[in-house]
Amino acid sequence: MMAELPQEGEQSRARAGLAGYFRVVWTVAEKDVRTELRAKEILGTMAAFSVLAAVIFGLAFDLRVPRTELVVPGILWVIILFAGVLGLHRSFGSETDRGTLTGLLLAPVERSALYLGKTAANLLYFLVVEALLVPALLILFDVNLLKPLILLGLLLGTIGYVAVGTLFAALTARNRARETLLPVLLLPVLAPLFISGVGLTAAVLDGRAASEAWPWIGIIALYDVLVFAVAFLIVDLIWEQG
Amino acid sequence: MNETAVQGGAGRWFALLLVFDAVAALAMIAATWAALLYAGDAINLAGVEQVAQRIFYFHIGSNIAALLGFLASLVGSLGYLISRRLVWDRWAAAGVEVGTIFGVFVLLSGAIWAKPAWNTYWTWDPRLTTATITVLIYIAYMLFRNGFENPDTRARFAGIYAIFAFLSVPLTYYSARLFRSIHPIVFDGANQEAQGGFSIGPTMGQTLAMAMIGFGLLFFALLFHRVRQMELESRIDAFRGEIVE
Amino acid sequence: MTRLSLPLIRCENVRKRHGHRRILRDVTFSVAAGEVLALLGANGSGKTTLLRIIAGLDRPDRGEVWLGPVPLSGAGPEIRRYVGVVAHAPLLYDRLTGSENLGFYARLYNLEDAGARIEHLLRSLRLWARRDDAVRTYSRGMSQRLAIARALLHDPPVVVFDEPDTGLDRQSLEDVSDLFRQLRGRGRAVFVTTHDTARAFSWADRVCELRNGCLQQNAESKRNG
Repeated sequence: MMAELPQEGEQSRARAGLAGYFRVVWTVAEKDVRTELRAKEILGTMAAFSVLAAVIFGLAFDLRVPRTELVVPGILWVIILFAGVLGLHRSFGSETDRGTLTGLLLAPVERSALYLGKTAANLLYFLVVEALLVPALLILFDVNLLKPLILLGLLLGTIGYVAVGTLFAALTARNRARETLLPVLLLPVLAPLFISGVGLTAAVLDGRAASEAWPWIGIIALYDVLVFAVAFLIVDLIWEQG
Repeated sequence: MNETAVQGGAGRWFALLLVFDAVAALAMIAATWAALLYAGDAINLAGVEQVAQRIFYFHIGSNIAALLGFLASLVGSLGYLISRRLVWDRWAAAGVEVGTIFGVFVLLSGAIWAKPAWNTYWTWDPRLTTATITVLIYIAYMLFRNGFENPDTRARFAGIYAIFAFLSVPLTYYSARLFRSIHPIVFDGANQEAQGGFSIGPTMGQTLAMAMIGFGLLFFALLFHRVRQMELESRIDAFRGEIVE
Repeated sequence: MTRLSLPLIRCENVRKRHGHRRILRDVTFSVAAGEVLALLGANGSGKTTLLRIIAGLDRPDRGEVWLGPVPLSGAGPEIRRYVGVVAHAPLLYDRLTGSENLGFYARLYNLEDAGARIEHLLRSLRLWARRDDAVRTYSRGMSQRLAIARALLHDPPVVVFDEPDTGLDRQSLEDVSDLFRQLRGRGRAVFVTTHDTARAFSWADRVCELRNGCLQQNAESKRNG
């Protein structure tokens, strides 16, 4: 058997196309979720932290605040912010620790597809945690967050958060102080999401008109679009060399 | 090692840099004099507010310098990511460091002024929020750089972070603006809800211009010195590398 | 058939610095089809850096690497299909089983007939019986064999090994030597780093040494001698 030589123009033969691209995204995401289901490194910690944080916020605020609707928007987004940081750094942390990131980078696939696969897996973890957190807040604070606009804002906000967070997790994975550094890098850049998320949730809980809620959704959506656009331009730079 | 040889040229410019320092120092002295003695009183203010408004020249001056630092970080980061020459990265890093000092000064001078004008040191006004978040991003940027050994990796990753930071700042401003603003916009009286605003007379306008020029020059003097220092550092590292080899 | 005369790996004037440390200075060499090249060098001599550059994981500051007729700089991701890498770390997910690991990589490489290929590799590397056990239960030798299976999964024309002899028992070492013979017989280009001089000469058709970032080609050629 003779080795098949690489030929010029062969790479343009784009084995993949769009379907192939998303097959890679799916493969990476599926692998992450399957590993996570066995290791239980990320989801368990994030879920336990968010419920615990909700209880602690309850103890801290409940007796002092006349109407819990006043603080619940802030509590919701603070918990998501901090629980997220907790999970995100493992996303690439585990790959660099075990050297498997190299294996991914050796594969003949677009690196943005690797990033997107990781992002998809993280998004799933976040949504699972939020699905626990929203009822927990309902029980602890008697505030119902299950309103269409709040949920839409939560979904869009989470997408933007995970997009930046996954990229920054890749950036910090090889930094000396990665666990402690990730929140310091992430939180100020997430300010627009946080402010808009709180603003949106508060506006809906106050029973204000939907027209007052949409500008918030607009900012969140704009953030998502910008972040993904830049992430796609930049993601190759992260892994171009050691 | 051609690159380090070229960087050695920093010495040639040192005399010129000292002259520039002197000019910046003179401009700052002039700006200080104008702000405290030359500028007339604001027409519509009285009492403590009348005195406090003079900090406004330092506030705006520092703000100009902080903005220049922000600009330097973006230009330097893009320059590095495109050209892959570490010179650009030094401008970005130095811009952030010097910009942070002025950014903190903007926040402090604003808080000092806000106490008599707004009766509080702090408020979540959009400009204030954005300025604070920007300073925090700068600090994060400096911490981030610390954690890398390899200067090329450091430059690349810091540059990527700077670009995301640059994108998020206007969005922070717009989202914070959806909350009511009480920050005075001095140059047009359009903001009816602004508190503590005042109209500007001719001497005040001249003083403001002097403050902006003074702080701008001071910023560049500090920036040039920091970049020069970083170049010298990198030369020392290069020599050290050669000795080890 | 003129393509056959082209070397499969060709490094020209490859230069690399880490900060101010010069790791590689103008390294030039080539490996032909059916040839095994061993690279000697002390720890930190730049062996791994050179290997990472050939694998496309690192970019040279100057110079160019060619895989066959294709220069690595500016090549798309598909070029990575032509290289298989056995690195220091096994590049395996220790929570997944042996066959899950290979299945995952097979999907990343978009292999046709992946099942048969995986079964063939697992059987020939004596891992078939343990294919459904998590990799973290594997011994060092088994992980190494699975790492080799992972690297050869897509049957690449160029295979690079980063110190495949560290921490292996005698049986596994013989496996590795045997593998080199097979790869040579099938016309692959093999690039292997090691710091064991005797082993380098027993494995390779040609032996080079990295010293102070320069490639010393003077080492005796075993086969042509």
